[in-house]
Amino acid sequence: MGGTELDQIIAAHAGRKGALLPILHDVQHAYGCIDAAAELAIAKALNLSRAEVHGVVSFYHDFTPAPDPRPKVELCRAEACKARGVEALVPAAEAAAGERVNLREVYCLGLCAMGPNARIGEKLYSALDEARLVELVKSA
Amino acid sequence: MTTVRIPDDAQAIALGADALAEAFAKAGRKVERVSSWGMHWLEPLVEIDGKGFGPATPDDVVAILDGSSAKAIGIIADHPWIASQQRLTFARAGKTRPLSLEDYQSSGGWHGLTRARAMAPADVVAEVLSSGLRGRGGAGFPAGIKWKTVADAPGVEKYVVCNADEGDSGTFADRMLMEGDPFQLIEGMAIAAYAVGAGQGYIYVRSEYPHAIAKLNAAIKLAQQHIAPFQLEVRVGAGAYVCGEETSLLNSIEGKRGEVRAKPPLPALEGLFGCPTVVNNVLTLAAVPHILSDGGSALYARLGIERSKGTMPIQLAGNIKHGGLYETAFGISLDELVNEIGGGTASGRPVKAVQVGGPLGAYIPPAQFHLPFDYEAYAGADALIGHGGITVFDDSTDMGAMARFAFQFCAAESCGKCTPCRIGSTRGVELIDRIREGGKVTADAVEALPQMHNARKAGRSREEELQLLEDLCETMQFGSLCALGGFTPYPVRSALKHWPEDFS
Repeated sequence: MGGTELDQIIAAHAGRKGALLPILHDVQHAYGCIDAAAELAIAKALNLSRAEVHGVVSFYHDFTPAPDPRPKVELCRAEACKARGVEALVPAAEAAAGERVNLREVYCLGLCAMGPNARIGEKLYSALDEARLVELVKSA
Repeated sequence: MTTVRIPDDAQAIALGADALAEAFAKAGRKVERVSSWGMHWLEPLVEIDGKGFGPATPDDVVAILDGSSAKAIGIIADHPWIASQQRLTFARAGKTRPLSLEDYQSSGGWHGLTRARAMAPADVVAEVLSSGLRGRGGAGFPAGIKWKTVADAPGVEKYVVCNADEGDSGTFADRMLMEGDPFQLIEGMAIAAYAVGAGQGYIYVRSEYPHAIAKLNAAIKLAQQHIAPFQLEVRVGAGAYVCGEETSLLNSIEGKRGEVRAKPPLPALEGLFGCPTVVNNVLTLAAVPHILSDGGSALYARLGIERSKGTMPIQLAGNIKHGGLYETAFGISLDELVNEIGGGTASGRPVKAVQVGGPLGAYIPPAQFHLPFDYEAYAGADALIGHGGITVFDDSTDMGAMARFAFQFCAAESCGKCTPCRIGSTRGVELIDRIREGGKVTADAVEALPQMHNARKAGRSREEELQLLEDLCETMQFGSLCALGGFTPYPVRSALKHWPEDFS
């Protein structure tokens, strides 16, 4: 990681108040992670220590230190989806995901009257049953 | 040719609204994407000449168009679920195109802002104060008092921040409002900015809401000339539940770890970048344009009961037959909400519990369903209204597992700043496991170490473990820095109190 794209991202937010999170979002989006080299470059640009930047990166669930090239399926396992039976779908989803798919739990996608819900990229899926969820995981 | 109206709300899209819109377009119809009425069990809900059809799939298109569809529900506005509501904040839901300035203006948009700007800022604050509007994020603090504090605070630079980090499970009103009526939120923020003398505003939205983020960004661009000189910007969260707490939200916007700040100083005096800041929830700010319209404040104050004034957009969620957004005046009972309006559970089994107010809210048994929806009545029953989300559970639910999850969630989402929350949550998970196993026969390996002088060397009985859980809950409730650690005992204690059989 490094070089021109990273510099461009940092430059695009120059002079912005509280620029760190917007920068981190863009870096995570562009590279799939925020590694040590990126932390160092961002720290230098914002006049922070690398420890300060790392502290922020490690705090938030959305930022990851290493890229995961696997497709990501986010399954909501919060109360409202639990009430609609998401836990019973988990074993089948995990079996379908295996090592190939990064099946992650999230707490709430805001579709709470029609769960269980999942998100793949920018796409949302509601009212899932086992067959539909397994199909989504397999085609992810 | 008649226009086919289909919501572009995330819930409708998650249930197939995009494919449906495409199918109608293919059939040669003009399709208009509008906001959602909020009847989620009927999504995607198609509207043609005021009549509704739902839940519709592309296979229903032909039958809907030739009038033979079995999914017809009649005139949507006359549907009892809609007709029995009193919608002020969600007055436009289902009726307007979210990003149409024309629709917004023709449905009363910008009246509140225009009227407010013709008044003295102090008079705007006074109207909000007299409306009785309280913060809709959960704490229920009077919005007018907060605004007055910021307005009176010394400082050249002030901010208005909208808390749109709607992380509570069972809530989606903020999301629906941002996606369905973004201009109303923007207008409310512009009024707040005028009232307190702020030039810059931020809307902090959680990253789990990509549709809302896109709509807000587009809406802010379109509304720029209406709100100028006020400047508004969307900031996106990064998957931390605790950032819904106002001080960690401010830290997050500043580009720091989302750790909670100690209060005082209040954000109203030293908030964002150390400046006086109004931090209000989406629903609070979105209620403001109505309150500032002619007679709006007086109407708001007439609605509701006791000190809970106006209307609350209630969200019916979880295992419920007719879930969605139900806005009504305060005072309605849980029985009406869950059994009459909601139609009981989706599974058809008896209701076992409802959780009101998100993951930190108490579990309430059917025996207490007479409780009126009112901040103080709930507080008196060791429960909270929170953000107005009601999650219904049927009789197959294991309440012991739900109590364990409350601790587990707190452990996963704790910011780590204060000890009761950071460590107490993990100890709570262990304790509930031990209680469910019937107590612990021997002391664990760490407790048995010679340097653990104060730890007991024998195991604890189940009763002693329960006493320990009570101690832990008390420590977390009174010793935590914010509501995450402070309210996690609510679901735990209520589950233990009403369903002790689920803990053995």
